[in-house]
Amino acid sequence: MIAEPVIQVEDLRKHYGPVRAVDGISFEVARGATCALLGGNGAGKTTTIAMLLGLLLPTSGQIRILGEDVPRHRYRVLPRINFSSPYLDLPQRLTVAENLTVYARLYGVRRIRERLATLGRDLDIAAFFKRPYGSLSAGQKTRVALAKALLNEPEILLLDEPTASLDPDTADRMRSILTDYRDRSGATLLLASHNMSEVERLCDQVIMLRTGHVVATGTPRELIHRYGRKDMEEVFLDIARGIQSGEVVE
Amino acid sequence: MNAISPQRIGALALRYLYLLRSSWIRIVELAYWPTVQMILWGFITRYLAGHSDVLNQATGLLLSGVLLWDILFRSQLGLSVVFFEELHSRNLGQLFISPLQPIELILSLMLVSLARTLIGVGIAVLLAIPFYGFNLFQLGPPLAGFFINLLLMGWAIGLLVSALVLRYGMGAESIAWAAIFALAPLCGIYYPIATLPGWLQPLSWALPASHVFEGMRAVLLQHAFRLDYLLYALLLNVAYLGLGIGVFLAAVHKARERGSLLQSGE
Repeated sequence: MIAEPVIQVEDLRKHYGPVRAVDGISFEVARGATCALLGGNGAGKTTTIAMLLGLLLPTSGQIRILGEDVPRHRYRVLPRINFSSPYLDLPQRLTVAENLTVYARLYGVRRIRERLATLGRDLDIAAFFKRPYGSLSAGQKTRVALAKALLNEPEILLLDEPTASLDPDTADRMRSILTDYRDRSGATLLLASHNMSEVERLCDQVIMLRTGHVVATGTPRELIHRYGRKDMEEVFLDIARGIQSGEVVE
Repeated sequence: MNAISPQRIGALALRYLYLLRSSWIRIVELAYWPTVQMILWGFITRYLAGHSDVLNQATGLLLSGVLLWDILFRSQLGLSVVFFEELHSRNLGQLFISPLQPIELILSLMLVSLARTLIGVGIAVLLAIPFYGFNLFQLGPPLAGFFINLLLMGWAIGLLVSALVLRYGMGAESIAWAAIFALAPLCGIYYPIATLPGWLQPLSWALPASHVFEGMRAVLLQHAFRLDYLLYALLLNVAYLGLGIGVFLAAVHKARERGSLLQSGE
């Protein structure tokens, strides 16, 4: 048990016929924590996040977010959380400002103009507010997607590969924006990432998935110590390759 | 069930307004086909008027038919094509993780479809006055009943088509264009339902549009307002629209089971 969990997942499963994408995972994330959901391709990270968002219905199990049962009371939860992913787009022909205005209205944001101005400044996207979203580079799109995810000042921010396709400088700035937001608002961050140095820098909790199961949890420091490795990159490789903690590999 | 929010419905309608505003070609496109149809049938009417007793009796018969048909066609297309925009732009996942409820999505699609139909068909209706001296408003107050019924039927078909595309992917998109034309011969746009073979007539009467076009002919040929036609059409529309909404919501539920909302796109 952890103090005031805002995400509670219990025995969660998602099966597609014989394929067990997520197979009985349980975890909790405390308010204000930054938690990484790690695993190789097909480990079940995106499936888990999609179920947390209610975008995907679980086969069985329980999800409670901010004290609400997600499958039953999804629309009580959604205004208080948000999500950013490079795999979800925004309408290409609308300008950045138009896209953000539409989503601000969908989330019931007050003082939209001021909110957009703040996000434009914080994320350095104001210069292309009037450009169609489709004309932006991948890195610019990622920043706009994050702006959309921050519009409603979410209590829980879910992120799927938040710095994918960004150059090191922009990725570093994005990480700073995320930590600033978390520290300022007390929000909880849950992110799926393949960037282990990012995980070490940002996260105080790690949940490692493999073939739909939770195979390890702890802080990055604890996992590095447990696996006897020098960094999270090596821990990730061990876990992805099915090597148990403490096992010596020639 | 959470309360329906006019603000969220308006937000999504604003998204389509932005889209329309971004390209004048899109606005021209809305009125282009209804206007071309109106011009074509105007000339056909002019030619046939000298050879047909029926058309002599009511010169606006064909033009009324084509303009009312366009209300049905545009309202269906206005709903389904706008829904496809979300699939094309891979925006559906974003919408479904926002507080927007599926029923609000449906209502905003209907709102946009209404606006697109009014623009598209409205321009053709107004142009018919100087072009052929034909005024659709001569149908009088029943026109409002015809319009509402055709709009409702268009939405019902649009929702069914959108549900099919949500279920089977963009490969089913062509159904949006084909679906309504499959019904056209049965609706009696240009001829009375009695013209159809006896075995086809019950099928025809099961369509709200057939009652509307019979009602239109009653106004133009007999100068009679047949309330019964409008009421039958309305009853059928309530059933079909309920079915359309139910099937669309079921398709959304199925997509949430299958996980297709996350990958939906071209």
